[in-house]
Amino acid sequence: MIRIDAKGKNFRQLNGEIRSARDPEIEVENCLGQRYIGAGMSGKSLLLRGVPGNALGCYLDGGAIRVRGNAQDQTGDTMNAGAIVVEGSSGDATGYSMRGGKIFVRDDAGYRVGIHMKAYRDQQPLIVVGGAAGSFLGEYQAGGTIVVLGLRSGGKAPVGNLCCAGMHGGRMILRCRRLPADLPAQVAAAPATAEEIAGIGGVLDEFCACFGIPKRTVMEEPFFVLKPNTKNPYRALYTFN
Amino acid sequence: MGIHDTIQEYEVVRDPARCTVCRACERQCANGVHTYDAAAGKMRSDAAKCVNCHRCVVFCPERALKIVKNDDTYRLNAQWSNEAIDEIYRQAETGGMLLSSMGCPKPYPVYWDRMLLNASQVTNPSIDPLREPMETRTFLGKKPDRIERTPDGRIRTDNLPPQLVLDVPILFSAMSYGAISYNAHECLARAAGELGTYYNTGEGGLHENLYRYGPNTIVQVASGRFGVHKKYLEAGAAIEIKIGQGAKPGIGGHLPGAKIVGDISRTRMIPEGSDAISPAPHHDIYSIEDLRQLVYSLKEATEYRKPIIVKIAAVHNVAAIASGIARSGADIIAIDGFRAGTGAAPTRIRDNVGIPIELALAAVDERLRQEKIRSRVSLIAGGSIRSSADVVKAIALGADAVYIGTAALLALGCHLCRACQAGRCNWGIATQRPDLVRRLDPEAGTRSLVNLVSAWKHEIMEMMGGMGINSIEALRGNRLMLRGVGLNDRELRVLGIKHAGE
Amino acid sequence: MQYEGGTRIPSGCAIAGIFSRSGRKINGGPAIRSIAVMHDRSNGLGGGFAAYGIYPKQKDLYALHVFYDSRRAQDECERLLRSAFDVSAAEKIPTRRVPEITDAPAVWRYFGLPFRKLLEDAGLDEREFVARFVMKVNTQVRGAYVFSSGKNMGVFKAVGFPEDVGRFYRLEEYEGYCWTAHGRYPTNTPGWWGGAHPFALLDYSVVHNGEISSYDANRRFIEMYGYGCTLLTDTEVITYIIDYLNRRSGLSLKETADVIAAPFWSEIAAMPAEKKRYYTYLRNVFSSLLITGPFSILVGFSGGMMALNDRLKLRSMVVGEKGDTVYVASEECAVRAVEPDLDRLWSPHGGEPVIVTLNKGVQI
Repeated sequence: MIRIDAKGKNFRQLNGEIRSARDPEIEVENCLGQRYIGAGMSGKSLLLRGVPGNALGCYLDGGAIRVRGNAQDQTGDTMNAGAIVVEGSSGDATGYSMRGGKIFVRDDAGYRVGIHMKAYRDQQPLIVVGGAAGSFLGEYQAGGTIVVLGLRSGGKAPVGNLCCAGMHGGRMILRCRRLPADLPAQVAAAPATAEEIAGIGGVLDEFCACFGIPKRTVMEEPFFVLKPNTKNPYRALYTFN
Repeated sequence: MGIHDTIQEYEVVRDPARCTVCRACERQCANGVHTYDAAAGKMRSDAAKCVNCHRCVVFCPERALKIVKNDDTYRLNAQWSNEAIDEIYRQAETGGMLLSSMGCPKPYPVYWDRMLLNASQVTNPSIDPLREPMETRTFLGKKPDRIERTPDGRIRTDNLPPQLVLDVPILFSAMSYGAISYNAHECLARAAGELGTYYNTGEGGLHENLYRYGPNTIVQVASGRFGVHKKYLEAGAAIEIKIGQGAKPGIGGHLPGAKIVGDISRTRMIPEGSDAISPAPHHDIYSIEDLRQLVYSLKEATEYRKPIIVKIAAVHNVAAIASGIARSGADIIAIDGFRAGTGAAPTRIRDNVGIPIELALAAVDERLRQEKIRSRVSLIAGGSIRSSADVVKAIALGADAVYIGTAALLALGCHLCRACQAGRCNWGIATQRPDLVRRLDPEAGTRSLVNLVSAWKHEIMEMMGGMGINSIEALRGNRLMLRGVGLNDRELRVLGIKHAGE
Repeated sequence: MQYEGGTRIPSGCAIAGIFSRSGRKINGGPAIRSIAVMHDRSNGLGGGFAAYGIYPKQKDLYALHVFYDSRRAQDECERLLRSAFDVSAAEKIPTRRVPEITDAPAVWRYFGLPFRKLLEDAGLDEREFVARFVMKVNTQVRGAYVFSSGKNMGVFKAVGFPEDVGRFYRLEEYEGYCWTAHGRYPTNTPGWWGGAHPFALLDYSVVHNGEISSYDANRRFIEMYGYGCTLLTDTEVITYIIDYLNRRSGLSLKETADVIAAPFWSEIAAMPAEKKRYYTYLRNVFSSLLITGPFSILVGFSGGMMALNDRLKLRSMVVGEKGDTVYVASEECAVRAVEPDLDRLWSPHGGEPVIVTLNKGVQI
């Protein structure tokens, strides 16, 4: 394991050092806004202290990144594989266009989480947020799984406005007593069946272990599963000219 | 036969291999073009009677018919077209003023087609209307100068002058009962209700059966005051004073006594057989202050519960006129450009009087802002709005909403043959003959209008989203979203837009 | 090449702000450090700061900051100024040589009050008089630009990275209870320093990140009320809109935010009747002041600061609190750079204003 001090370094210097480090286990101290940490990375494990900047783990292709604090915007942007764990909150557009791997956020996440997430063959991306997510959660979702637990939401839907706008693939799981009132017509929402809950058991175990959260707390509230009604909800819109 | 015979405009071409002599064409043509020659077992066509309404072409089950321009021609002459020559023949023969229907067909510049729209890229994001909110709700009416507060400090919301609320910034323009059929009116009324907008009675009054669509009706008070009485004024959501119309600025109207029968007579409240003459001016408005008197007379009669619209034709000093109207107490100004349609108007007036709506709208919107009175009125623009792109451009120039007339009639089946004045509209629209009116099915017609406006609404939303706008009020008067192509400096200046590339 | 004002230059940016509710005096250092961390959001073509409480000795006088690009412009402007204001001090704003800041115009400041008699004759209140005076100079005196016109506050801006601008103006020598900062990324070279942020009129200052799509609809409406949009920037029109709604129309800052970042009809439809009526009224009556497109703004005013995102929250903004001090920035790292240990950090929702003011009784 090696340590890198990010103090006073711009993102090019810092990311250059991370890339050329021989040791696959790296701890980075004093991050303060440096962008693109872990861009396109694979085969390494990063532990970050401080505040990493935007686009953390963008195009991530394997390996792991753990943040001892908050992450900013575009975390995991277009990531393909690997794991990002945030011991805090993440910003807007977390997991934009994610195609594989997983992102675990202990606290809250911003707007447009999981926007245009997509799956391909055996690549099934996953985002789990322990707190609440902002508006436009899962906008245009085309594949993969988004889970929002709302552990401090007291049973209220842990989402903002326009959840699932344009969802046409994948599924979303919300832990709450009542669904949001403004779900679009093309989304079918139903209480999670026993099989579905059992199905995500492994993921929840992993999430809880990651942050030291007791699993029984998580299982105290009901779950809903949201899926799109059809693959092409917009077929009737056009007339050939 | 005579020296003043004009060129027969059309030829009716029948494919003998396809015609099965089913006689549908004969049944469908109210102009008597097609007849069955029993002796020969064939159909005959007298193209001299054809107005090119395409009814027979559409209804022939074998697609055996087509109407083509007759290529019989005088010697070609760029100065004296066939048409110009024939018009002289007609007038020498009859001594009459030439009369035409629908809007000016002459090749004047179409400014809509010389303006291009913006789209957002990089510096700010475009918006996807299928997934994100995209709002086209529009309020028409006067806005207050300042806010007032209740004793406990909240903003008062009960001090608004009356407003019209539209789900989409498109209304159906005034077309009178008499110019068009009852069924056509019913379609417009029902579609307006479904779409969350309004239709306009025109100057023929409001048929009693249509009072139930009152909440989506604008009742018109024109110079002839046909059918204008207290119940009529109360029936609609707004009252429109028709000062002029784009197709025939400065002149009145004339529906001949032969058409004033039955329900038309009852609705206009004039005796059967008597001519329905709309005078050129309102005879109680000879100066701008008289307009204020008329506006307030209507407000008093309806206890200030209805917005008052004043409709004017686009003429040379339209900006000054609009400024005067904005100070007269009117809530909405409707401007009708020179391309607007009509049931019947003298050809020379229709084709030579008035100015394009694009320029009029730009001039009025700018003048009202310079005078700091733009908030006193909303603006509706009309006069050949042909597509959703025209609507978006009109709003970017400064309109709050648009009126559509010809486009609505086309949706109902009109084929723009421009023979309305004959009263034998084969599509059941510009006629009062019961056998023809019956052809316009109110259910199907309503559906067509709803389809058209809904389709335009989606297109408008796409164009707005492309510009990074998600509420239509942010498009209103947003001239930077337009660029001109092929326009000279003066035209650009009048429109208040830059040239593409700038 | 057309400079700012002759053509509209879209920009992207970074913003930051620090506010002490107890009126604690903070110098320019933290604001400079905060905005410097977000260096990558700017491109060096604009930077600036607004500071409140920095002229305690002249706190009842207007502090006019002016750019001049020629002697003639200065003479003309000073003539107008002295005929309208009783000027008690006139001086160059102290600066230091910074190699990165070049082509500086002359930068002066004047302390004074409008002549009583002129106010009475014009029948105007003091603020309206000063606003009109500033508008007149900025639209009519070529080469002169009044870029700050409040009491006990000042804007300091230039073409350059904000940290360089901060050093140029020696901001570590000023102390105030509120600082806002801005780094600009315009697409074209602005040339003229006036277009940098903050934009200010009277004691309102606005720093803004984003490019609004409603600009020309907003401009053509606000210009009816005597405002001249000479720079053609979003920040200029936003500042005028806030001045019009808050100062001239008597709307509170929250009500102003409800106009410019109004909720969607679908959200309004789900509200209780009273709120529905309220928002419908505002959206109808002030429809041309709705701002669409991405923006996050920090508005400074005497005694307070407001942070607001557009209703879709297309730009990022975080707010942090530590004791009585509030921090706002486009990125969390900018807050942590000056205060690593916060009591609370959150991202306000789109359309929800965060308004902080001096605690009651605080004298500044």
